[in-house]
Amino acid sequence: MATDGLHENETLASLKSEAESLKGKLEEERAKLHDVELHQVAERVEALGQFVMKTRRTLKGHGNKVLCMDWCKDKRRIVSSSQDGKVIVWDSFTTNKEHAVTMPCTWVMACAYAPSGCAIACGGLDNKCSVYPLTFDKNENMAAKKKSVAMHTNYLSACSFTNSDMQILTASGDGTCALWDVESGQLLQSFHGHGADVLCLDLAPSETGNTFVSGGCDKKAMVWDMRSGQCVQAFETHESDINSVRYYPSGDAFASGSDDATCRLYDLRADREVAIYSKESIIFGASSVDFSLSGRLLFAGYNDYTINVWDVLKGSRVSILFGHENRVSTLRVSPDGTAFCSGSWDHTLRTKNYLFVSLQVWA
Amino acid sequence: MAAGPASHGGLRRAQRPHLSKMERMVVSMQDPDQGVKMRSQRLLITVIPHAVTGNDIMEWLIHKYCITEEEALHLGTLLVRHGYLYPLRDPCHLELRLDETPYRFQTPYFWMSTLWPAAELDYAIYLAKKNIRKRGGLFDHEKEHYDQLHRKISHTWDLVVMQAREQLWAAKQRRKGDRLVIACQEQTYWLVNRPPPGVPSVLEQGPERNSCTAGRVQMPTGPFQTKTVDFYRREVECLRKALGRARVKSSVCLEAYLKFSSQRGPHDPIMSGCLPSNPWVTDNDTYWAMNAPSAAVPTRLRVEQWAFSFRELLEDPVGRAHFMDFLSKEFSGEKPPPRLPARAPPPRFPPAWGGPDPVPGPPAENLSFWEACEELRHGGQAQVPALVDAVYQQFLAPGAARWVNIDSRTMERTLVGLGRPHRHVLDDAQLHIYMLMKKDSYPRFLKSDLYKDLLAEAVVPPKTKRRVFPFMRKPRHSSPSPALLPASASREPSGGDGEA
Repeated sequence: MATDGLHENETLASLKSEAESLKGKLEEERAKLHDVELHQVAERVEALGQFVMKTRRTLKGHGNKVLCMDWCKDKRRIVSSSQDGKVIVWDSFTTNKEHAVTMPCTWVMACAYAPSGCAIACGGLDNKCSVYPLTFDKNENMAAKKKSVAMHTNYLSACSFTNSDMQILTASGDGTCALWDVESGQLLQSFHGHGADVLCLDLAPSETGNTFVSGGCDKKAMVWDMRSGQCVQAFETHESDINSVRYYPSGDAFASGSDDATCRLYDLRADREVAIYSKESIIFGASSVDFSLSGRLLFAGYNDYTINVWDVLKGSRVSILFGHENRVSTLRVSPDGTAFCSGSWDHTLRTKNYLFVSLQVWA
Repeated sequence: MAAGPASHGGLRRAQRPHLSKMERMVVSMQDPDQGVKMRSQRLLITVIPHAVTGNDIMEWLIHKYCITEEEALHLGTLLVRHGYLYPLRDPCHLELRLDETPYRFQTPYFWMSTLWPAAELDYAIYLAKKNIRKRGGLFDHEKEHYDQLHRKISHTWDLVVMQAREQLWAAKQRRKGDRLVIACQEQTYWLVNRPPPGVPSVLEQGPERNSCTAGRVQMPTGPFQTKTVDFYRREVECLRKALGRARVKSSVCLEAYLKFSSQRGPHDPIMSGCLPSNPWVTDNDTYWAMNAPSAAVPTRLRVEQWAFSFRELLEDPVGRAHFMDFLSKEFSGEKPPPRLPARAPPPRFPPAWGGPDPVPGPPAENLSFWEACEELRHGGQAQVPALVDAVYQQFLAPGAARWVNIDSRTMERTLVGLGRPHRHVLDDAQLHIYMLMKKDSYPRFLKSDLYKDLLAEAVVPPKTKRRVFPFMRKPRHSSPSPALLPASASREPSGGDGEA
């Protein structure tokens, strides 16, 4: 940073206006190749019939708001984290709890299952991401084997293992994302470019497996090259914080959910937003989005306690699911696409001293 | 009311666009022409104008937004819970009743976006008023708050009581109808801002956002925060690169979605169901057993999926194993001899297919090389040097036992990079080999007898018969946790001692 005040002001102002004019040019360029809208192309596609999804499992055991969940590759186990610091691993098919750990912090906003199924990662207001190996040994305290991997300067909002148990990608309220080596805790790469808190990330299912997308409070969705740390593409069409991003199964696009009550689809080859999923009656933010296996359906959990199911191609809403009594905070489709799980802030008052919170699996 | 709009009201509002949307909604609901049917409501002997019933509200929402009754009820309930509508009868519960209960629109003064956060002093005055009006009429939680506040601001308690008395006296001067309405408005406001226990607070937002100052710095010249020079430089750089990016026409990209979705539709259990049945629906986990990663006989859908893309073939352990099998059976003699590298070709011991001409390794080595590179890329940092060395010795060095054929330019670049090994040093070589397999071996695999046989032998499970007595729940089988299984290759890189 220049110490010469006047010079800096000049540079800052001119840089700022240069950025603005470049943004304008970029939008023009992007518009040039936009020859048709998605819903027009999708007119040929058969409309989806009525389909019914019901709650098949209710997982009760968290005493407070569920903030995040992730599926294990075995298609039935999940890890979930909550406001009171509890992280629980369930076999959601039988609804049995298999492991539980209490984090030393509250608001555990991020959790992830390792690809091998042998460990979980989580973090939140402690600004860290910690990895816990899962052990069934009754004599071992899970917390004892905990490994502190990531260190940020603000809350951890999202984390994900890459293709193995050895690396973790994190997103933080400090405006950066970072890639870490689990064994040593070494920072392998950091990603700077967001102008505010980063709230979500998703790894691309690509052949080279080298990119990921992140969304933040600066209303931007950014695609990063994991190797160089550079931002490869950026999209700024949302009107408010982006709470969730998820790749389309082919890897050629991604969807985002935002506090502006819309979900949007961005195509990476066309380099633009190609669809908006919104309805006038939906006024609360979308907190969490995920695709069905074929990418035809987009499930989105909202802060108005509902889950809306969108026809990705036609842009219309297929179904609305009422099943929670407070905002839906997290939603993930299972790895084999047979179900999705939603977690929320709700609790059911049983007696004065009991508060249960639910996670639900729908199919 | 003593307090005015809160000072951080502006900052928090930016985080809650749903409030301004709700406000626009209630404003249009009050439109004299297009709004909800309003009527005067008789409450005992008082007549309250501009009241609406729950049914009116629902009908209006259904008509205006083309939604179902269920959704309209839900939306209406949210409006009430956020204090934009209040019931004139039984105002203790903020819910949308579909009987003749009259509701009114909350005055903007009490809107969440106007008067937030609720001031402690105001709450104290409100509770004091309630206490004076109805001696001992406070609810338990209100009594608790009252005592707490009394302790906290005991030094100004006289002011609180005085204000309370003044407001009560002022209220008495009003007409009964107005008095009732104002009392309901105020009560609703406090139900929203100080909900009773057991009622979720609509104010909760989670941890504060935007508190980060990424790219921001306090300018020495003024109190305003602004982004750093570095931030803008980076943004400008990113934008310049983005401008030069090659783009594809929308029509091409969007067509691809149609193709992808129609191809994958039958494979999507939520869209098309799955055979024999969806475990979540029938409690029968046969589907998972049949599709286990190491299932002996793969299902038909699974084998079909290997033809969708090379990536998906490799991602499936069974698919990859069959592909490896196919590659091992292929003789490279069938392929036209590839371009020889610039330097002397490595001698092969023993020459598996005779002839004096040096030939590169069988295609199976390509896949093994690719797998080794994957291990390197996704392995632990500490294993990188050893793994790089192992891969080089096995696959790239002159005389390597499992030599892979990489074009000379890539090989040169790779060898230079090997001087300072890092996890991405083999990326170029890996990509080259990947593309080779994708363009050459993969299409041949799909046309091969091996693949055709796999398709023919693949299982198509029969659909589970509907249970006659659906209420008899099948016991749900538990499954061993992956954490219990012995360490497998997928978990740890095996490159610790240099072995691939």
